[in-house]
Amino acid sequence: MSIIFQESVKGRKGTVLPESDVPVHHTIQSKYLRSEDAKLCELSELQVVRHFTALSRKNYGVDTNIYPLGSCTMKYNPKFNEKIAAMEGFASLHPLLPQLVGGGMLTQGALAVLFELERLLCEITGMDAYTLHPMAGAHGELTGMMIIAAYHKEKNNRKTEVLIPDEAHGTNPSSASIAGFQVTSIPTNENGILDIKALEETISEKTAAIMLTNPNTLGLFNPLIEKVAAIAHKYDAQLYYDGANLNAIMGKFRPGDALFDVMHVNLHKTFSTPHGGGGPGAGPVGVKKHLEQFLPVSRIIKRSDGTYALSYDFPKSIGYIAPFYGNFAICLRAYAYILTLGAKGLIEVSENAVLNANYVMHSLKDFYDVPYLRTCMHECVLSAKRQLENKVHAVDIAKALIDWGIHPPTIYFPLIVKEAMMIEPTETESKESLDYFIDAMKKIALLAKTDPQSLHQAPISTPVGRLDETKAVKDMDFCFQD
Amino acid sequence: MTPKDRMYTRTHEWVKVEDNEALVGITDHAQDSLGDITFIELPKIGSKLKKSGECGVIESVKAASDLYSPISGTVTDVNEALETTPEDVNTDPYGKGWIFKLNNINQNEIAELMDADAYEKFLESEE
Amino acid sequence: MSYIANTDEQRREMLKVCGADSIEELFADIPQNLRPRSFNLPQGKSEPELINYFEKLARKNYFNLINFVGGGFYDHFIPAAIDALVSRSEFYTAYTPYQPELSQGTLQSIYEYQTGICRLTGLQVSNASLYDGGTALYEACQMAISATERRKIIVDGGVNPIYRRILHTYTANLSIELVEIPVSHGQSNRESLFSAFDDKTAAVILQNPNFFGVIDDHSDIVEKAHSFGMLAIQSVYPIAIAILKSPGEQGFDIATGEGQSLGIPLSFGGPYLGFMAATKKLARKMPGRIVARTVDVNGKEGFVLSLQAREQHIRREKATSNICSNEALCALRAHIYLSLLGKEGIKQVASLCADKAQYAKERIKAIAGVKVMESSPTFNEFVVKLPIDAGECVGKLIDYGFAAGFPLGRYYPDMNNYLLIAVTEKRTKYEIGELAEALEAVLCQ
Repeated sequence: MSIIFQESVKGRKGTVLPESDVPVHHTIQSKYLRSEDAKLCELSELQVVRHFTALSRKNYGVDTNIYPLGSCTMKYNPKFNEKIAAMEGFASLHPLLPQLVGGGMLTQGALAVLFELERLLCEITGMDAYTLHPMAGAHGELTGMMIIAAYHKEKNNRKTEVLIPDEAHGTNPSSASIAGFQVTSIPTNENGILDIKALEETISEKTAAIMLTNPNTLGLFNPLIEKVAAIAHKYDAQLYYDGANLNAIMGKFRPGDALFDVMHVNLHKTFSTPHGGGGPGAGPVGVKKHLEQFLPVSRIIKRSDGTYALSYDFPKSIGYIAPFYGNFAICLRAYAYILTLGAKGLIEVSENAVLNANYVMHSLKDFYDVPYLRTCMHECVLSAKRQLENKVHAVDIAKALIDWGIHPPTIYFPLIVKEAMMIEPTETESKESLDYFIDAMKKIALLAKTDPQSLHQAPISTPVGRLDETKAVKDMDFCFQD
Repeated sequence: MTPKDRMYTRTHEWVKVEDNEALVGITDHAQDSLGDITFIELPKIGSKLKKSGECGVIESVKAASDLYSPISGTVTDVNEALETTPEDVNTDPYGKGWIFKLNNINQNEIAELMDADAYEKFLESEE
Repeated sequence: MSYIANTDEQRREMLKVCGADSIEELFADIPQNLRPRSFNLPQGKSEPELINYFEKLARKNYFNLINFVGGGFYDHFIPAAIDALVSRSEFYTAYTPYQPELSQGTLQSIYEYQTGICRLTGLQVSNASLYDGGTALYEACQMAISATERRKIIVDGGVNPIYRRILHTYTANLSIELVEIPVSHGQSNRESLFSAFDDKTAAVILQNPNFFGVIDDHSDIVEKAHSFGMLAIQSVYPIAIAILKSPGEQGFDIATGEGQSLGIPLSFGGPYLGFMAATKKLARKMPGRIVARTVDVNGKEGFVLSLQAREQHIRREKATSNICSNEALCALRAHIYLSLLGKEGIKQVASLCADKAQYAKERIKAIAGVKVMESSPTFNEFVVKLPIDAGECVGKLIDYGFAAGFPLGRYYPDMNNYLLIAVTEKRTKYEIGELAEALEAVLCQ
């Protein structure tokens, strides 16, 4: 298949706009103008449509088949949410409208969506206030870290360090680092839970925060979370909750109840907004009362007459972390989702997510190594350690699954498990779908013993086979030259 | 096999000392764990390094490993060939794949390093 | 309705395999005293009920105002084919292309998008996207700081005030110095800028067109910056640079900007698109994902995420950035937009914007008491000085059906009578004329 620029035909036009209807031309002097046109495509609309249609057919989405990518919550993206987001009354709104005249009266509908979503997230997670500004989970983590820094600065605390478990997602330490903190890693014990003793030995007066995911990236819930909170708060270290795994615990656990001070949620994970091939997402941040004053501005307030307004009257706010109010169209989808499900629906989500993951784990435990064989939550971690004896690695198993028409689980994460395969089926997968996946995994385990070479060659049914990633880095061909 | 003519660190660097100068690289175990090496951030010539101090980065497709100086000293030379052929570290980690040279080294620190046998035992214990 | 397929019968079978009697057993690790104190959410509703609810909410928004508001975010025409193509679920329900064999669609389209951004900006390497133009600008600062090992950034006063605030928030806890140099008559003040440049400065940031709509050729400023070993960063309006001198042509090292104008709806603030391009030399310092072209085991051309060793999932606290999810679907929209409009179309959009803005200037200039700021050249946005408070004026013009512009007093306390008016290719001669007449009527009151 050719690169779109290779399909250009000189002089061909795609979208045509109407001729200018004004009787004047701009007077921009030539010294400000480009000397040469940008060499963009010259294609007809049909060519463009065919090109992208062909590209889409080389892709795999949740709508294709099971997508058990651990830590990503690849659940069904309801089409209803797409319909709401496309409504002209939302999609065409300029973000500066509420700032044009006092009171935000031009955008009451949009402000209502944002305000009410914040309230719902507070109730779901047990927090006191939310900001919807962060445009991704990592952005939420960074915002949370900035809020913590502001909190300590306000109290004249000299805190330079953040403690993070070794199984944490890479965005945790990188977000803490970008916020200006040093990162120290805390080990996980042999039961797959944070090593409390190591935590007690490492925490000190200079600890600003502890970042936790619960259930953690191994899919295990830490029952000693109250003890961790007590240790943290003894030093006035703030407890941060990475909400990436919220799909496991809705209606069963609220971070706010368990003394977490600040957290983020991933709307594109738990709240069904589409992943888009790598975004856009949204990572709203929730805080307890004592941190509310530091939230980014603007904030949305509800007046006594029931109308909504933007407020910037928060002198201790960390300022702007986004140009406006967050990824509104994503928030809108999440809001529609929560209204569709209600309390009962969200609880069912977590119950089925956890059941599905445990079902997969128990079905495969005789075929693959399970490093922590105990009840998991919404995801389980297997290891290809057994298969390694036949020189079959996790990556081979992943590539083999592709030939079965299944997207592989996350591999090589978390880093603390050798040959890790992290499986998160999500609640929207049916038993038949899970059985198909389990069956494929069992057959692959058998092939690892009888015909490992076939696994090394996988995948063979896709548009391309395994790619030369070393050559990719060496050649650095990031831009087409014709 | 692990060359006997040099010393080793727990972070898998080797150092070959000759009088007041030292030659530094990474071990066969290190290059094997990293996979195909694609880029090396070399230390700056003239910089004063401390023992165990971070002085560079070794990148492969799937990983990035910090380079730590085995011994204190001043960087006098770096293997510029690695800019175009970083894979030399994979194919010949103890020869063509050398990374940098130091002088004015701290002789007292040599005793703290592992010899070839100790390093091999260390590798076994890590498994 | 929770989109769950399994029946109670199936759940019973599955529980048996798990060796559990009930689903509650699977949650045994959560102590009873940690169960939610409350979980009061409204009851779930059906599609028909919710359609009604959302339609009512949408009607409470004034989305039918004729839009002359810009400020970095513009009401441009979005061709129908874009929505049709990005709503193919293989694109939007896919995740990050970590398994390249299954994601050649996403990967190739990102490679093509990167190419389009490079050709538009005149630079050599682009990444797969960042959140928006403001955070992209911060990431560019970080690149400059890392590349030069200096910690001071000079910010031209013409840079969007929203972006300048983002830079302040991001650097609040870091030992990075931000120095702002106000503009003079709307354009970059060379004298003040040059006297601030030194060998402790990592970079200078400029914007073109700037927040006041003013355009410039910054080549001389770039040259001066380079003479101090500084980098030069330009934040640009992608439609404008279809006809204006590109950042590459002016010698800039990094270009960033807001891609919303390239086929992305205004959507009340997001999702948007931060694009970034840089010289080849800076490729390894770039944040975010980058797609490379390579071959597979059979020598067939393919695409793959590359230079991942810079990213958070490998480098963790030493990564170039913490970014993980970006704006992939928005980048796809932008790429389809650039492909549909193409080489000639994008120039036509830009020319229409500039021509219609010129017409708007002439109609508004003719109104008694109104002064159009014309000491510096502009693209499609310009500042007018009104005899009354601009916010008040805009408020009155709402009743005439116009979102007439952005009152600058909002960000510049001493500019309460100044209004920023933007004109895009969507505005007709008639609408512009009506705006001028309405403005005249309001000022006569």
